[in-house]
Amino acid sequence: MSKFQKKQAKTKQSVPTSAMPDVVFMLLIFFMVTTVLREVELQVQIDYTAAENIEKIEQKRLVSYVYIGPERLGGGRIGETRVQIDDALVDDIGAIRNIMYDKLLEQPRLIVSLRVDRDSEFGIITDVQQELRHAGTLRINYSTRRQM
Amino acid sequence: MLKKRTRDDAEIPMSSLADIAFLLLVFFLVVTTIDVDTGIGLILPPIPDDIEPPPVRERNLMNILVNAQGMVLINEQPAAIANVRDQVKRFIDNHGADPELSESPDDAIVSIKTDRRTPYNVYIDMLDEVMGAYEELRHEASMERFGVPFSSLEQGSERRAEIQEMYPKKISIAEPDEG
Repeated sequence: MSKFQKKQAKTKQSVPTSAMPDVVFMLLIFFMVTTVLREVELQVQIDYTAAENIEKIEQKRLVSYVYIGPERLGGGRIGETRVQIDDALVDDIGAIRNIMYDKLLEQPRLIVSLRVDRDSEFGIITDVQQELRHAGTLRINYSTRRQM
Repeated sequence: MLKKRTRDDAEIPMSSLADIAFLLLVFFLVVTTIDVDTGIGLILPPIPDDIEPPPVRERNLMNILVNAQGMVLINEQPAAIANVRDQVKRFIDNHGADPELSESPDDAIVSIKTDRRTPYNVYIDMLDEVMGAYEELRHEASMERFGVPFSSLEQGSERRAEIQEMYPKKISIAEPDEG
């Protein structure tokens, strides 16, 4: 019995931790690179629809979002269907073409992701799509969840 | 007398480096949202510059109309959303067999028309079915040709392009009527 104990005592029992900062830094750099901090504050309420045949957008940097849904009025009330681009609600639908055209100049391979509330009426989406056609941003994507 | 002063080691303590890195790591871990953007992709047609669109023979055009009540009409016949996929598949994959349906998948155009008051989720369901029809046809063609599912073909590969050329997605979104 005592022989076994002697043998155990000879081996080192600590895990080498000198490489830990390197590992941690590697993870840190990965998360720093993948993080997209620019998350807008939604002023419209959006409940996504679900679909089966959907595709992923791999390059998030190409995407510009257009939010369409009933406006949040505070206190849990919702109002008229509005369009939000970036941080502001768009009052004049006709202004969308200029906004999107500027974005297109910045990013020629722009994809416009339409994030639309499921209960919206299609008329306003048509108006937005017409504006997008005028702006020349033709690649669009109807944002949906995956159907379970 | 001029004894050299013994200096302390001019080293920055490194032991807390890991702690700092961990702190930053945890911050970025919490902030990162890895939600992949998913959705149905579509290419809008450019604004026509007063050019008449080329004439399309009626048999090559499939008219899908979704009205304000969310009811679907295919070539003026009422249809259920669950049947859209089969009908679209038959229409595209006709290869001139039925004189009522398309001449070839290359000629087939699916035209979707909506009303201004059509609910968005019905429209998406319908578009999903049409996309599903194309996806199934491409899958079948891919299995027949290469023996692998279409989804496993690499993005931008020659094989994928070949299948996509066999069944090009020709979907037209018509402008809705006023009202």
